[in-house]
Amino acid sequence: MNEFQPKIVAFCCYFCAYSAADLAGSMRLQYPPTVRMIEQPCSGRIDIQLILQAFEDGADGVYVAGCLEGDCHFLKGNFRAKLRVGQAKKVLDDVGIGGERVEMYNLSGSMGPRFAEVAHEMHERIKNLGPSPLNKTAASAPLPAAAGSE
Amino acid sequence: MIVAEQKSFDEISKMVESFDKVLILGCNECVTVCLAGGEKEVGVLATSLRLLRKQGDRPITTLEETVTRQCEWEYLDQIEKLAEEADCIISMACGVGVQYVAERFPDKWVIPALDTKCAGGSVKHGQWEERCGMCGECILHKTGGICPVARCSKRILNGPCGGSQNGKCEVKDVDCIWDQIYKRMMALGRMDQLLEIEPEKNWSKARDGGPRKLVREDVMIG
Amino acid sequence: MSENKSRLQTLFEQGEFVVTGEIGPPKGATGSGIREHAKHLKNCVDATNLTDNQTAIVRLSSIAAGLHVIQAGVEPIVQMTCRDRNRIAIQSDLLGAYSLGIKNLLCLSGDHQSFGNHPTAANVFDVDSIQLIRIVKRMKDEKVFACGEEIKSDEPRFFIGAVANPFADPFEVRVYRMEKKINAGAQFFQTQIIFDLERFDRWMELVRERGLHERAYIMAGVMPVKSAKVAAYMQKSVSGMIVPDEMVDRLKKAEDQKAEAVEICVEQIKQIMKIKGVKGVHIMAVGWEEIVPSIVEKVGLLPRPQIPGAALAAV
Ligand code: SF4
Ligand code: SF4
Ligand code: FES
Repeated sequence: MNEFQPKIVAFCCYFCAYSAADLAGSMRLQYPPTVRMIEQPCSGRIDIQLILQAFEDGADGVYVAGCLEGDCHFLKGNFRAKLRVGQAKKVLDDVGIGGERVEMYNLSGSMGPRFAEVAHEMHERIKNLGPSPLNKTAASAPLPAAAGSE
Repeated sequence: MIVAEQKSFDEISKMVESFDKVLILGCNECVTVCLAGGEKEVGVLATSLRLLRKQGDRPITTLEETVTRQCEWEYLDQIEKLAEEADCIISMACGVGVQYVAERFPDKWVIPALDTKCAGGSVKHGQWEERCGMCGECILHKTGGICPVARCSKRILNGPCGGSQNGKCEVKDVDCIWDQIYKRMMALGRMDQLLEIEPEKNWSKARDGGPRKLVREDVMIG
Repeated sequence: MSENKSRLQTLFEQGEFVVTGEIGPPKGATGSGIREHAKHLKNCVDATNLTDNQTAIVRLSSIAAGLHVIQAGVEPIVQMTCRDRNRIAIQSDLLGAYSLGIKNLLCLSGDHQSFGNHPTAANVFDVDSIQLIRIVKRMKDEKVFACGEEIKSDEPRFFIGAVANPFADPFEVRVYRMEKKINAGAQFFQTQIIFDLERFDRWMELVRERGLHERAYIMAGVMPVKSAKVAAYMQKSVSGMIVPDEMVDRLKKAEDQKAEAVEICVEQIKQIMKIKGVKGVHIMAVGWEEIVPSIVEKVGLLPRPQIPGAALAAV
């Protein structure tokens, strides 16, 4: 049986996470290939619908990465994103997918290592949770709970 | 405007349990402004229902549409085809819209997705408050433009009651509106007006008189 | 028509310092407890209030309770709130109450139903307390129902009471509203429970300034507070009640807290009696009715005056 490889969508703000990813790349930092990045003009571009769409289209986990609080180039975009991620968590709980599959992170363009760390963190979290209930039939069986603890 | 709030997802999903193809219908007026039943909310509800139902053995197909106003026949005429396709319509409008939809599409099962709360407005982003109780006979000229019918917990017309403390109502976490009425009337130098006893209200002009109907023959054509 | 006057009204008119008590009807269909409480109050109060589903908790009706106290030989002051009945039910109950020999009526707004045991109930408030007072007055003076229709015979002739809260602010508004109640027809007032005498004194000053003490009989509300614990609780949790720290301390230090409670209440009443314009005291000792006789006695208000020929009897 193949080991479960999650599909994770990362909505990354152009000014921070996206540049941090570049930096991580040039620093040759490894991060899991399970994370697929989507560039955003600002994390404030995110809305619940976009997050839900990702799950509907097969994601097992989603995260939004925006600038550090106070550093958003559109002033409050990352605060809005944080609230919307909160709303999405609620909806995901309601529909039985689980709010813990979505998260909000804040970083700056110079935080290459932190970018890699976040990607690892999310990868581990989703791996432990197993595939999204929508992907269960297609993917391998979820890992036993114990396998998740480190 | 009409202020409404979405019902819990659980409640909505139970109401559509037995349907396989639903039309989720938003309204572009008040409920869009109060973030309860506009295009965005239609999208989120539709996706949520699909996500839920995909996990079982009875997936659901959603049709999404948002009309200019659900409380007007001509806008409902525009969705006739779409309505035909669906086994049921989830209306995301206020109670008025829901009923217009039900009346316009008599053979369709119609489900309300919102709880209609009050006639009010937004006082700041994300907070709405009741302002008018639609009593049918406005007395705002007697109370400094502040409505005790809608905003006093006991709709007292000669307030405040004994429960008013430090500007707060005895009920919930609301301001005592009579405190505000007095302060405003004092500031406007009209205290003597408040000393007049406001007689018993004619509630027959309000909902108590039965459903209300307005007829303006002067504007009716044929 | 003096034979129709209540004992309460007669005593006020004779210039007596009036004493009233209070009984909260039970949450069950029996009058035995009410009659028991009434016996404690008999001969030491001139009349007693019967609360109307106080704090919006369902209890035996204040009118039925009024009949029970009449049977026990005490004059009732029936309370009526606007929370639960529309003007049709209110007037119907007024006719019924008066037909049973109830002559004193205290009109109030009523606590909001959200405080009680049926928070999901509808909120009636068809009329407010001032409108209620006016309705009762018009029934008596103009012999008409609220709608204006004539009452052909046997109109109810209540002695009309209202409540005043000297502690809510703004101060002036309270006096304004009291005046409004008098204009509507209120003949006597019972105030909220008073612990802060200084503030009450200041409030009475405003009342006198507007001459209200000459237009209605004002009774000050007092309450014997059983223990320091109760006092502290009231200080913290009962909104709109100002409980001075000294009182809590005094109770705390006392060896016999109950005896001290009586002592405090007696002192308060004695001071209240000195305030110009106060015509009586309303002792709220719900649940501790048996203490009322000794308080009244210690103040020196016993025996209560008798009114010749004003025998109380159920019709
Ligand atoms: S008085 Fe009546 S019509 Fe006027 S704002 Fe209040 S409820 Fe509305
Ligand atoms: S406290 Fe004020 S708002 Fe609340 S019921 Fe009394 S008068 Fe009305
Ligand atoms: S610009 Fe980066 S979060 Fe707004």
